[in-house]
Amino acid sequence: MAKQTEIRYLTPLSVDVKKKKYCRFKKNGIKYIDYKDPEFLKKFLNEQGKILPRRITGTSLKFQRRIAQAVKRARHIALLPYVTDLMK
Amino acid sequence: MNNYETVFILTPVLSDAQMKEAVEKFKTLLTDQGAEMVNEEDWGLRKLAYPIDKKTTGFYTFLEFNADPSVIEKLEVNFRRDERVIRFLTVRQDKFALEYAEKRRNNRGGKRQEAQAAAADAPKAVKKEKAEVVEAEVESKEKED
Repeated sequence: MAKQTEIRYLTPLSVDVKKKKYCRFKKNGIKYIDYKDPEFLKKFLNEQGKILPRRITGTSLKFQRRIAQAVKRARHIALLPYVTDLMK
Repeated sequence: MNNYETVFILTPVLSDAQMKEAVEKFKTLLTDQGAEMVNEEDWGLRKLAYPIDKKTTGFYTFLEFNADPSVIEKLEVNFRRDERVIRFLTVRQDKFALEYAEKRRNNRGGKRQEAQAAAADAPKAVKKEKAEVVEAEVESKEKED
């Protein structure tokens, strides 16, 4: 009976190796985020055109603020939409 | 004196000449106020990401200049008064923006000169060369986007 309590798996347990997130601006040495480049800014938006949180993109706080600023400027001059569905 | 850049959108109802005239008006306004033009880009007729005043396209113009802060006020008043301008944005360039703007100018300038040189070399145009020019233009267009 004692032996049966031991749990056995058919497939070996997959232990997720978490990929460390990093700030792409720090890594690549980008200092300025251009609001005139909507294609680049789209990397930081979801399908509805909302700005993605740092939690997901891994951007550092400093550059998250600059992304937010750039996205808002791009929206003002109609390079990016304020609201949308299925942007990509 | 500060470095500024401004983007403004003109209504698509204007003809090409009218559009050029409007751009010229703002440029002369700036130079009259003692501003020093650094760069001018015409992005042409572009689709807007959302309709403004029931219009879905607009002529984009991008200007870079050095000026005193008082000039900006006058410029923006004129933007607001002018019915042809449907949207504008003026930004002061910080040191990072300045660096970036310089790089951008050099990139664009280089591309444009190449295209012009290629066009000048063969005015009657062998088809192959024409294709190259078109390619260069497409590339620069992509940069703009």
